[in-house]
Amino acid sequence: MSAGRERLVAGYPESLTEQAFHYCPGCTHGIAHRLVAEALDALGLRERTIGVASVGCSVFAYNYFNCDMQQAAHGRAPAVATGIKRVLPDAVVFTYQGDGDLASIGTAEIVHAAARGENITVIFINNTNYGMTGGQMAPTTLIGQKTTTTPLGRVAENNGYPIRMAEMLATLDGPAYIARVSLHNAQAVVQAGRSIKKAFQAQLERAGFSMVEVLSTCPTNWGMTPVKALEHLEKVVAEYYRVGVLVDRTKEVAG
Amino acid sequence: MVSKTVAYTGNEAIAHGMKQINPDVIAAYPITPQTEIVQIYSTFVADGLVDTEFVTVESEHSAMSAVIGAAAGGARAMTATSSQGLAYMHEVVYIAASMRLPIVMAVANRALSGPINIHCDHSDTMGARDSGWIQLYSENAQEAYDNLIQAVRIAEHPDVQLPVMVCLDGFIISHALETVTLNDDAFVKEFVGIYKPKHHLLDPENPVTMGPLDLFDFYFEHKRDQAEAMRKAKDVIIAVGQEYGAKTGRGYGLFETYQLDDAETAIVVMSSTAGTAKAVIDELRAQGQKVGLLKLRSFRPFPYAELAEALKHLKAVAVLDRADSFNAFGAPLFVQTRAALYDLPQRPTMINYIYGLGGRDCDMSQIARVYADLAEIVKSNQTGEIVRYLGVRE
Repeated sequence: MSAGRERLVAGYPESLTEQAFHYCPGCTHGIAHRLVAEALDALGLRERTIGVASVGCSVFAYNYFNCDMQQAAHGRAPAVATGIKRVLPDAVVFTYQGDGDLASIGTAEIVHAAARGENITVIFINNTNYGMTGGQMAPTTLIGQKTTTTPLGRVAENNGYPIRMAEMLATLDGPAYIARVSLHNAQAVVQAGRSIKKAFQAQLERAGFSMVEVLSTCPTNWGMTPVKALEHLEKVVAEYYRVGVLVDRTKEVAG
Repeated sequence: MVSKTVAYTGNEAIAHGMKQINPDVIAAYPITPQTEIVQIYSTFVADGLVDTEFVTVESEHSAMSAVIGAAAGGARAMTATSSQGLAYMHEVVYIAASMRLPIVMAVANRALSGPINIHCDHSDTMGARDSGWIQLYSENAQEAYDNLIQAVRIAEHPDVQLPVMVCLDGFIISHALETVTLNDDAFVKEFVGIYKPKHHLLDPENPVTMGPLDLFDFYFEHKRDQAEAMRKAKDVIIAVGQEYGAKTGRGYGLFETYQLDDAETAIVVMSSTAGTAKAVIDELRAQGQKVGLLKLRSFRPFPYAELAEALKHLKAVAVLDRADSFNAFGAPLFVQTRAALYDLPQRPTMINYIYGLGGRDCDMSQIARVYADLAEIVKSNQTGEIVRYLGVRE
């Protein structure tokens, strides 16, 4: 192939800093970060984007996203993002939260931000446990899943049932776009990227609340190799948390 | 009593103490550096070693609310938290105390946000210092373990009926491995006894309503009772500490003194930094300097009279606070210690050092500098700055 026909098909996203990720080997947080950055780049939003970092493994998200960032207290990211968006309506505002944050201590904030139809975008990483503190049971932990606080596996009788956040929020009228994606293979990653871009487009249209639930691996706390964790994500986690678009009230579809 | 010495972290020591106490209910939420306590406890639950109903709630606000419900139902209930977790449960922390529920909570002290930080200071429990909870501070893992067991007796004493926080320095004590002497299980079981609450829900002979609306008719009287219970707690803490000491060889009071009797200058401090201060005192004493230490264990109730008596002979005292109170003057321990000495006919010169915020290491050289500053104050008869910061870049 001659030099003249070379075509750049991939590069390093401008919306990511050059800081190396601190995430564990095989963790899919890095892929999710990159997908968010690529969506911001593709839509030309970096200079007008404000991200809200949460508490958990993604607490250091502010080191990686090359845009203005604010750190929120555990679970409060959607409320903080609401305040930012109301005062800076032309800014693109997103939160990046894990399940130990959004589906647990922050359930009130996410439900009400969605119910109000706040024009923000939520990237929700679901890896079915509290990763940062060492793999404790989260509300999203699957029945039978072993965690450090359910060493014999989650039992519904004692620990209740996993919460499907995307479905729960999809019952509300506020959301403009809610999708669940997975990062278990290349095809799924491409689809996840499309959904994340779509969620930001919904915000640009001022259509209302948008959220993408990203099924993610946690090889360290699952006690699996990265490859095994991806298989588990596809075969087990995505069986309970089915991928797909749950809400789409964006103009592109409606029109 | 048969006891054994083990190598435990502070968190392991607390979890083991909880196992020996075997409370009816534990509700908790993960937060660094406390997480390990309830995580270890969950393995005891899974292995059937305890009878505890273990609830993995969705937040600390719910953790405290759940133990309040359990304690109101007549159960012995416990939890553990740190920093933001304690701040998040703040609303119900007050309710636990005012409902006079003898809940015991371990707090691995961690700096409050913001900026977000996971390391040790006392800003979390200092933020709850007027919540009506008894607060016991621990120098090391041994004290954390001993305080936890005594806390059950103190909290449940009929004269007290107040919740107790057992504070241990995050990471410094919670995660550092130390030798700890454990009591045998039978001793702890007997020492804490069977909990027989005076009032509880669903006692058919004595139906009650807990926490109802209480306006200008009786609210004030209930607060007055609460204040009185905290006053009475002082004697109970002393009595329980003596009884524990008689049976284990490790006695406790409201505070501990070290080389204080003939000292001319002294440091007042809580928790792990007291250990560092003792090492510095040994060095300075070898050089002939008359320096001493008062390590406060019971911050709530605050032992005003006892502190004044213990410190009255000194020429100069430095109070070290691992928290600031942003009142444009001194930090909590300093302000109260200084007030305690107000009625003395002759008072030592008193200065305050705020140190170690956000886990900033407080090493022996910093403590030695404090004693050098005190010596200079005595020599020059000039107080200088009353409130100072130790180990900070200005």
